[in-house]
Amino acid sequence: MIRSKQQRRLELFAYAVMIIVAVMILYPFLLLFMSSLTDEVTLSLNGYSVIPKKFSLKAYVYIWDARDTIFRAYAVTICVTIVGTLLNVLISALAAYPLSLQRLPGKSVLSFIFLFTMLFNGGMVSTYMTYTTIFHIKNTYLALLVPGLLFSPVNCIIIRTYFRTSVPEELYDAAKIDGASEWKTFFHVALPMSVPIFVTIGIFAGLAYWNDWFNGMLYVTDRTKFSIQQVLNIMVSNIQYLSQFAGTGRFVYGDVPSVSVRMAIAFVAFLPILCLYPFLQKYFRSGIALGAVKG
Amino acid sequence: MNHDSTAGSTSRSRSALAGRKRLSRLKSYIPLYLMLAPALIYVLINNYLPMGGLVLAFKQFNAGKGIFGSDWNHFANFDFLLKNKNLPIFLRNTICYNLAFIAVNLIVGVFLALMITEIRGKKMRQFSQSIILFPFVVSIVIVSYMVRGFLDYNNGMFNAVIKAFGGAPVNWYMEKKYWPGILVFVSTWKGVGYGSLLYIAALLGIDPSLYEAAAISGASRIQQIRYISLPHLIPTCVTVSLLSVGHIFNSDFGLFYQVPQNSGILSPVTQTIDTFVYKAMATNVGMSAAASFFQSAGGFLLILLFNGLARRVSRENALF
Repeated sequence: MIRSKQQRRLELFAYAVMIIVAVMILYPFLLLFMSSLTDEVTLSLNGYSVIPKKFSLKAYVYIWDARDTIFRAYAVTICVTIVGTLLNVLISALAAYPLSLQRLPGKSVLSFIFLFTMLFNGGMVSTYMTYTTIFHIKNTYLALLVPGLLFSPVNCIIIRTYFRTSVPEELYDAAKIDGASEWKTFFHVALPMSVPIFVTIGIFAGLAYWNDWFNGMLYVTDRTKFSIQQVLNIMVSNIQYLSQFAGTGRFVYGDVPSVSVRMAIAFVAFLPILCLYPFLQKYFRSGIALGAVKG
Repeated sequence: MNHDSTAGSTSRSRSALAGRKRLSRLKSYIPLYLMLAPALIYVLINNYLPMGGLVLAFKQFNAGKGIFGSDWNHFANFDFLLKNKNLPIFLRNTICYNLAFIAVNLIVGVFLALMITEIRGKKMRQFSQSIILFPFVVSIVIVSYMVRGFLDYNNGMFNAVIKAFGGAPVNWYMEKKYWPGILVFVSTWKGVGYGSLLYIAALLGIDPSLYEAAAISGASRIQQIRYISLPHLIPTCVTVSLLSVGHIFNSDFGLFYQVPQNSGILSPVTQTIDTFVYKAMATNVGMSAAASFFQSAGGFLLILLFNGLARRVSRENALF
């Protein structure tokens, strides 16, 4: 098809728009990163800038000195994210398999139990009270793990639909003739054929765990159990939180580069996502297309 | 063969056989129900128990007696809530911000989707889609640090620029008038990619022969967008928006809690039902529970209503 002049002009306009949008989206990230590399005195004189007058790695040196706290929070986040993501996918896939079978008695009622959670919920107060007064998860690692364990119960339904459409019925029949148990059929037929949906659901679950600061804020006050997002959350209101490591390492009180350190910790917390995003973005996109998982 | 003499016994043994068969079939379902058990138990704990816990709104909460053992105080919590002079303010904030977010996200999302599908270069198109979704993966805490990078009174980039031009620095975290704009911008910056990708999917699903036919009959590209692209987007737009309206009582807690950095002066323009519920939880559990109850019950009715409407527009985009 021959493209009209107008079409080419429109495309040029679209390029211009997208370049402006890309700058608007990326600039704050750059500002965050460059501020973390800026000398503290320059920061207070000239403010945050993407081209600092004077570079300094002090913030990262300070993070290294405070590694007992920062790396510990990092490790908590990593462990919770890995365990939580795996459990998330396993639990939803296990539930999705029986729901995908036409012959299961009561499957529509069971599906409804999951779907209903999208329509109605107990809200913040009731959930908090349930977890603290009945299950006593306050100040345990479970507080970071359990509230997001099925971060969207509807994922069971999405995986169910995927099983139905992408695993041919004949394979189940063949497995049955071979005398495979339901567990075997699940692990050896349904699971291997549905890897893409697990990756998609897993990535959304993993992202939710990595970025979660809310459950930490609600349930965890014990500093040894802080996740990295919670350290960031605390630093917003409590600048002293940063200075607590001064005096132990290379820094004395009052010399802590507190402004750039905040930015440096934020950058460090974001770094893994930045590195993984190029490889994972197609799964984010397919997840959105499934209508699955609105943050 | 004598049918009569054997009929009774066969039917009896047949029914016994059928019974055994049914039993063995039921037995064969046991592993399937076991597979469902973890998710079901979890949903009961995480979702259904708190639904029951909504009775807290009608109780005088006593930590010693627990949720279900606390004494009833009927509507006392609601009385307390209704007497709160800030109630109309945060109700207004919740609803107005949500409506603004829905409208701006829709307009900007559709615009970006049209722009991106206009781009022929495959690389640039892929890049654009990745870029607009990028802020979606950042935690709101980190976003609040970035916003601070621009708005901080002493070190913020905006004030540095203002000072460089000889102006007086603005105390952004103390000035209410800027915040509706700031919050709408941040919400759009973070969330527009999500909707935009849905619109792009809808645009790519349009039959290309429609455009070819229009081009042959002399329609300009702008006309094609106006008369082909936009009408095809309407079902997606309407359902996305209707579903969002269904959640109008739920604000994006992180946005309102983190981005204004707890500035008390800003609370008339940044307090929403969620941040109110969270803050009140520490001081008055009953009132907080009453507000939370209102949010859950109101949200339930709204979702039913707006999902019903969305279903009429496009079945596949509705929730159920």
